Amino acid sequence: MNLHEYQGKSILKSYNVHIQEGILAETPDQAILAAEQLKEKYGSDFFVIKAQIHAGGRGKGGGVKLARSVKEVGEIADKILGMQLVTPQTGSEGKRVRKVLVTQDVYYPGESETREFYISILLDRNSGRYVVMYSPEGGMDIEAVAEKTPHLIFKEFIDPAVGLLPFQSRQIAFNLGLSGAAFKDMQKFMPGLYKAFLGTDAQLIEINPVLKTSDNKILAVDCKFSIDDSALFRQPDIASMRDIFEEDSTEIEAGKFNLNFIKLDGNVGCMVNGAGLAMATMDLIKLSGGDPANFLDVGGAANAETVEAGFRIIMRDPSVKAILINIFGGIVRCDRVANGVVEACKSIGDLSVPVIVRLQGTNAEEAKVIIDNSGLEVFSAISFEDAANRVKEVLN
Amino acid sequence: MSVLLNKDSKIIVQGFTGSEGTFHAQQMIEYGSDIVGGVTPGKGGQRHLGLPVFNSVSDAVKKTSADVSVIFVPPPFAADAIMEAADAGIKLIITITEGIPVSDMVKVKDYLKDKDCRLIGPNCPGIITPDEAKVGIMPGFIHKKGGVGIISRSGTLTYEAVDQVSRLGLGQSTCIGIGGDPIVGTTTLDAVKLMMSDDETEAIIIIGEIGGNMETDAAYWIKENRTKPVIGFIAGQTAPKGRRMGHAGAIIGGKADTAEAKMAIMKECGIHVVESPADIGKTVAEALK
Repeated sequence: MNLHEYQGKSILKSYNVHIQEGILAETPDQAILAAEQLKEKYGSDFFVIKAQIHAGGRGKGGGVKLARSVKEVGEIADKILGMQLVTPQTGSEGKRVRKVLVTQDVYYPGESETREFYISILLDRNSGRYVVMYSPEGGMDIEAVAEKTPHLIFKEFIDPAVGLLPFQSRQIAFNLGLSGAAFKDMQKFMPGLYKAFLGTDAQLIEINPVLKTSDNKILAVDCKFSIDDSALFRQPDIASMRDIFEEDSTEIEAGKFNLNFIKLDGNVGCMVNGAGLAMATMDLIKLSGGDPANFLDVGGAANAETVEAGFRIIMRDPSVKAILINIFGGIVRCDRVANGVVEACKSIGDLSVPVIVRLQGTNAEEAKVIIDNSGLEVFSAISFEDAANRVKEVLN
Repeated sequence: MSVLLNKDSKIIVQGFTGSEGTFHAQQMIEYGSDIVGGVTPGKGGQRHLGLPVFNSVSDAVKKTSADVSVIFVPPPFAADAIMEAADAGIKLIITITEGIPVSDMVKVKDYLKDKDCRLIGPNCPGIITPDEAKVGIMPGFIHKKGGVGIISRSGTLTYEAVDQVSRLGLGQSTCIGIGGDPIVGTTTLDAVKLMMSDDETEAIIIIGEIGGNMETDAAYWIKENRTKPVIGFIAGQTAPKGRRMGHAGAIIGGKADTAEAKMAIMKECGIHVVESPADIGKTVAEALK
């Protein structure tokens, strides 16, 4: 589950990680009020207004703006709130902005130059350990840094028995070229960040940029925070931060039926039991000349109710020209699934696109007879290859 | 010889009296697996499915000499169950449970590093050596004794591969479901090494997925050490970047963990790479000619 910047920052703050302070606003008036409060506290007339959506690259799409007065904060918030923000990560339709974070300006002039770094904590799958990945090249796309200047990406692997050790925090500060007060501040920043990571069952915390201010403080200016879905059962406070406006409404509805659905851009819908087989079925659709319109894993319970829900969800997409159902019946019996498919088709009435049902495994032959005798215009297949050929036929 | 599991394996079920544990224990017993008892804390001394229930794995091991455990314990308690099995001296721990928090598995992996045991899974269908023992949730009847070893990150897609192999009259030596999570106890490479040194295994099928680099690690080892044909398939050729495709481990992070990149490296390393999931069986049959 992904969090908004403002949510991530509030968590960091609760772990004593210094952040660029800000106040959330849902209307221009609230934004002005927020700016007045920040002005009173920090004495500056400069503010940064940041759109709160679950996507990176917000600045590129006009979702992050500098305001030079409280009045300008209102004007900018008015423009950003309600806009469809398009960034390199949102797709062409963009995402609607419902909230902005009005933040203090932390790039004020002072005794030294400001500097921006990149710091993230995530799982290293090879070692099965968490790793702090960091770079002195902050504020830009880290994948580009990794490609062009791989020697500027550093890693500290964390031993789960002892956690992030002080010498590792020092190593990070040395590699980032810090000294003096900023070096010391990093020794507080890093342990706090790691505690926040563990304490929230995060799967990723990415801070880009981490800022060294002109008065040598270390602050998190942005924050990408993602929580391990499997651990939400023991993180009720964080689970309640879920923002359903950021999720696809169809995917949420599918979840209610325990269907794992992901919308794609193709023309052949599919419904499969098991994630691996679902991906393989999508691949087969592609090799047969189509394009998968979705990923849909019905899990262990492929019955009339789930199949019907699956049909209805797939059929919402007008570009779907055919549907392939692929169920490998192990514990689930294929004849039951076949009855479920027949019931679902009858209940929906007019399925306007061809349906290919491929059932294999326990009682597959009986299942084919049920489908063939149903009187429905449904193609049945037993082998994976037959199913592929059927898809080819209906697309031509 | 088979890999990891044979007719002499003595098996206990952790989470024995729960609905999943009960159903699958019954299926395993029907298949002929030597289930010698189970563990449900607090229900020690009772009998379930005609077998003894123990309060702890250590009690079960003392009384039954079990050397294999299969875990159906729910996600919040599964990591503890794995470590308990390791502490009790179980040699092969097969974890079926799906949805164990990653941070729990980080601890488990660290805990197991000095223990003399092997973890399979979590989030996997289990292991089967046809006609000898089935420890997991796979449908037994699609399997057939033979010489093809199968290693897979997925459940139903493994059954698909097994079925294709069986229908061509070939059979399987052992099928290992290694699991679909970011941290698994036994990697593709670990399983390949076991199969490569097993006399009964004549060919190996690797069913991989997008995400991580387990398949490419195995491929580089196979290039140097191959003594029998290896066939590979990677699911997710059409998966979009950054979207998690069902399994917690199946997400494209960078350029190297796409299906395309993995398949290219596997080809370079002398693996017969199958483009279509419908051709897995056929390709094995040809490779064995």
